[in-house]
Amino acid sequence: MSEIIGYILIIVGVLFDIFGCIGLVRFPDVYNRLQASTKCVTLGTILLLLGVAVISGISASAAKAIICAVFILVTSPTAAHAIAKGAHASGVKLWDKSVVDKYAEEKTMENSE
Amino acid sequence: MITVCYIGLSICCFLCLYRIGRGPTAPDRTVAIDILGIVVVGFCGLMSLATGKDFYFVIALAWAVLSWIGTMALAKFLEGRGFDE
Repeated sequence: MSEIIGYILIIVGVLFDIFGCIGLVRFPDVYNRLQASTKCVTLGTILLLLGVAVISGISASAAKAIICAVFILVTSPTAAHAIAKGAHASGVKLWDKSVVDKYAEEKTMENSE
Repeated sequence: MITVCYIGLSICCFLCLYRIGRGPTAPDRTVAIDILGIVVVGFCGLMSLATGKDFYFVIALAWAVLSWIGTMALAKFLEGRGFDE
């Protein structure tokens, strides 16, 4: 029973990974790519590691898998925020059809005050 | 079953490598390097399941730490540098 649940988690995780990487290739802009790929790949890898932990039961490898999952859950959003801020600061343009850029508006308001 | 998962994660790695080689700007490559690190962590977990060995998770944890530190360093490097576009 636990093997079936674990393999379902692993397959869903691999599908999320593939969708995230397709988004990384197909989207037009740095920010869109970041949005698509970071969330999907984080969720997919966490599901995969939880599937491995469910299959191996109560053991040392399950504990290590859960530690890896928690570490990725903490570090991946920080890295994504740092990349987005760095890309915006280094002057990468938004896509032509992007609607709003709140960060630039906030910066100009701070400079005018 | 595990072979199918290996093939799926290999496709992910090749898509990330495509974006690293092709990406028009430096932040694109940084994003792709970050994603490649996370995918490799999942790959290590899958290899631990396939072989029954325990130490692959140690490799995965070390890889996650190094990938995160490298990505943060590249992001800080990008922040202090201007592009003349």
